[in-house]
Amino acid sequence: MQEIRASFFIECEELLEALQDALQMMEGGEADDETINVAFRAVHSIKGGAGAFGLDDLVAFAHSFETTMDEMRAGRLEAEAETIALFFQCGDLLSDLVRVARDGGDIDDAVRSNLLSQLEELAGQDGQAAEEEVVDFQPMGISLDLPAIDGLPDLEADSAAVTEATETEANALRHVEIRFSPEPELYRSGNEPLFLLRALAGLGESTVCCTREALPDLEEYDGTANVMAWQIELHTNADDDAIRDVFDFVDGLCSLTITEVGPDDPGGSGDEVTAAPLPVDAEPEASLPAEPVPEPIRPQMSEDTVTQAAERPADTQRSKPGATVRVDLDRIDRMVNLVGELVINQSMLAQSVDASGLSGNTKIASGLDEFQQLTRDIQDSVMLIRAQPVKSLFQRMARIVREASSDVGKTVRLKTEGEGTEIDKTVIERLSDPLTHMIRNAVDHGLETPDDRVAAGKPEEGIVSLRASHRSGRVIIEVADNGGGINRPKVRQIATDKGLISPDQDLSDTEIDNLLFLPGFSTASEVSNLSGRGVGMDVVKNAISALGGRITITSTPGEGTTFSISLPLTLAVLDGMVVRVGSETLVVPLSAISETLSLQKEDARALGPQTQVVRVRDTFVPLINLGTELGYSPPRESYEGAIVLLISHEDGQRAALVVDGIEDQRQVVIKGLQDSYGHVPGVAAATILGDGQIALILDPADLLMNASGQSRPHQLARTG
Amino acid sequence: MSLNVLAVDDSRTIRDMLKYTLNGAGMTTHLAEDGQHGLEVLDGLKPDVIITDINMPRLDGFGFIDAVRAQSEYRAVPILVLTTESSAELKSRARDAGATGWIVKPFDPEKLVKSLQIVAG
Amino acid sequence: MAGITETTEKLQDFDEVELLSFRVGESEYSVDIMSVREIRGWTRATSLPHAPAYVRGVINLRGAVLPVIDLALRLGLDVEEPNDRNVIIVVDIDGRTVGLRVDAVSDILSFPRTQLHTPPEMTADQGNTFIEALTILEGRMIRILDLPAVVPSAQEVAA
Repeated sequence: MQEIRASFFIECEELLEALQDALQMMEGGEADDETINVAFRAVHSIKGGAGAFGLDDLVAFAHSFETTMDEMRAGRLEAEAETIALFFQCGDLLSDLVRVARDGGDIDDAVRSNLLSQLEELAGQDGQAAEEEVVDFQPMGISLDLPAIDGLPDLEADSAAVTEATETEANALRHVEIRFSPEPELYRSGNEPLFLLRALAGLGESTVCCTREALPDLEEYDGTANVMAWQIELHTNADDDAIRDVFDFVDGLCSLTITEVGPDDPGGSGDEVTAAPLPVDAEPEASLPAEPVPEPIRPQMSEDTVTQAAERPADTQRSKPGATVRVDLDRIDRMVNLVGELVINQSMLAQSVDASGLSGNTKIASGLDEFQQLTRDIQDSVMLIRAQPVKSLFQRMARIVREASSDVGKTVRLKTEGEGTEIDKTVIERLSDPLTHMIRNAVDHGLETPDDRVAAGKPEEGIVSLRASHRSGRVIIEVADNGGGINRPKVRQIATDKGLISPDQDLSDTEIDNLLFLPGFSTASEVSNLSGRGVGMDVVKNAISALGGRITITSTPGEGTTFSISLPLTLAVLDGMVVRVGSETLVVPLSAISETLSLQKEDARALGPQTQVVRVRDTFVPLINLGTELGYSPPRESYEGAIVLLISHEDGQRAALVVDGIEDQRQVVIKGLQDSYGHVPGVAAATILGDGQIALILDPADLLMNASGQSRPHQLARTG
Repeated sequence: MSLNVLAVDDSRTIRDMLKYTLNGAGMTTHLAEDGQHGLEVLDGLKPDVIITDINMPRLDGFGFIDAVRAQSEYRAVPILVLTTESSAELKSRARDAGATGWIVKPFDPEKLVKSLQIVAG
Repeated sequence: MAGITETTEKLQDFDEVELLSFRVGESEYSVDIMSVREIRGWTRATSLPHAPAYVRGVINLRGAVLPVIDLALRLGLDVEEPNDRNVIIVVDIDGRTVGLRVDAVSDILSFPRTQLHTPPEMTADQGNTFIEALTILEGRMIRILDLPAVVPSAQEVAA
């Protein structure tokens, strides 16, 4: 059951997504008749599943939501903008309720009752009725006390009689006589007297007797008349309700009388409880020729069908186009790990073949090549399994925009692009927090107030865009607003006040923009209740870095600001350069290295007492000695002949990393350090090399930032 | 009970619950995701009983029952309708469409099995 | 009756402590055997920059990255450079897996819980804070390590 529960919550996510899609279509005026049906079904299915698990809060709200949507389905309610906006809010609350049902927590009751009353108003239902309906929707299976199907007996009289009957000796065996006479429609509905009688026999000891009073001679038999009837003597401790339950489905398709003969005493006479003979309303179905159904049709359960049944599921799978398989993420992760091991194993094998001098053997060499190719292919395929479209993430952001804009009183529209772009599932999950923060920032700080916008000749409605795309082996996600752009003088002022920069420091626009990412930049006066919460852009930047990503800003005064996040496609592998530093081996991501140099005597020059720069063509780049920076080796005496990796940062920063040797260039499997140890400054992760040793994977950007402390990067190259 | 059951519902959770309940009662369960899919799965299956949801994409429960009843071999197969609504109107529509009985969602497993006994032995 | 006997036995079982004892320098320490996952020979660890001195680095434990803590350094004892006779005791602490470098494993001990004593408060020894309990067994003093204290949380280490 636990598994079904878990899969229910997964389904809920999908249903909420479908709901969101449908509402967006309705909002954008692209809805057709089916759209509201899709939305309705989504909520309806959530309600159905929630009921099965006794999630009453969820059921109750979904019910009200669905009831109002049903009005729209029936054409009694227009899909006005306000109504759609309400539906969006209800969708948000529904998603909260799902989350609370899954993870615990609280719901804002004020929000809920507000939405409920709005829903009720729209549906024209008064609270009372809604309440009753919800009560009606209880895990009660088949219920008897239903308002009449055409021609159902008077309920009140009936239930009064039932009560009376029930009150007599609840536990003692009763003796009742039941007369059951099916109408032809009973057979047509697929009901089967034999099974009914069998079920009745399950209630106690029964004697069944077929009455043939009405049976005509064969030649007169026209097959449509009600000719078969049964009389059942039942000794049972079940009450009339239980007996009637058996006949629930044929209510109206037969005449049924239940007569209390008395307590289990053949001679006694009892109250008669009679279900009125039930008139038959339906005309014979046109598609069903009115042929006699003289004999109960037994279910055909030959061995033949059993075998067939066993084979069936496979067919079922095949008949679904684009069928998908639901796999536990743990299993995929295990597979990713195993493939990682395979990659390591393959390189170890290659290394030992090399060492044993066998690599000259062309057969072995080409076999190894093929092995390597296959390993890579398997790895790529496995990574693809983990990839997911960013759509669900973007949908969550739509909600953030709605909430944030109403909090600050701005009209904001979210435009999304490239929702189908796929990224590793883990990356998607871990992007949620930083993106939320960036979106809030864009709404709160990025966009001007409506008045300012109008004054600037812009439309009052601000636009926040969220775009995803693949670009040269990485995923790019952009968060853009069409607001006023970064107020650079103000940013500069804040940074100066906070002591992050010196007042006379000469900074380019890009450098000023990047001040936003400095820890401690976000100030109390800047913190609104929305984007503040003590979280600055530095936290966003760290979160992105932890994913192996980079974030950059571009901003044009009066036109807006764009944050661009560049992420690796997968967290699991990386193309790296294997280098030696002191006695340790390190891996530097290839994507960060723009070139490698061997230093000549005049290339390295002192800048300050502690710092050196390297001349690369016409520019000077700060020199960082990895050995001393990481504490692996003492300062060098000279940089002549030293090997340098030139690191280029996406925001234009550069640095020259001094290493003791370059050993290899290859793909490595990323093993996180975060879980087992924690974050190590300047280190992104670890990997296992061909010899089984662990090597750390450098995070050049983080290294530069940490080495710099809070001052300018060039001051940090503390090289002796 | 070793009944052969075809269950049609667009909610995976409900399908899972049905399968869990029915298999637990010793039945063989075949699942389909909507009416259209149900007809595909039904083809040659000869189930002892069919359980179907009403509101489904592509082909809804009413359409599905119509199509099933139109096949002579399934004219008398018991069909139970799954519904969250216990409204009389819905049930009467279900019956008009050719359903044998109904199960109110969320269903009580015991009652579900009992209902199956009533319609399919 | 059978049920009662069983319960009593269980209680007794519960009251028995089982420890893995090992040598660090000249002293004998131990940990609850239930927290020990495996014992393996010393291999060179890849050192982590900016880590506290007692963190020897990380090793490859069948494809997983395992941080290794040098117990001697952690407990403030004299330290010899690791050698091949050293072992790494792999322990689970609150769901985290960590290796402890010790000089050698000595014994598996089992005795009633009642023989455990709370260590006296002595502020002079920094290492003292890592001792959860003490006992005397055949004349030897056995120190039982407070593992969560010995192995700080990931945040503390990284901070």
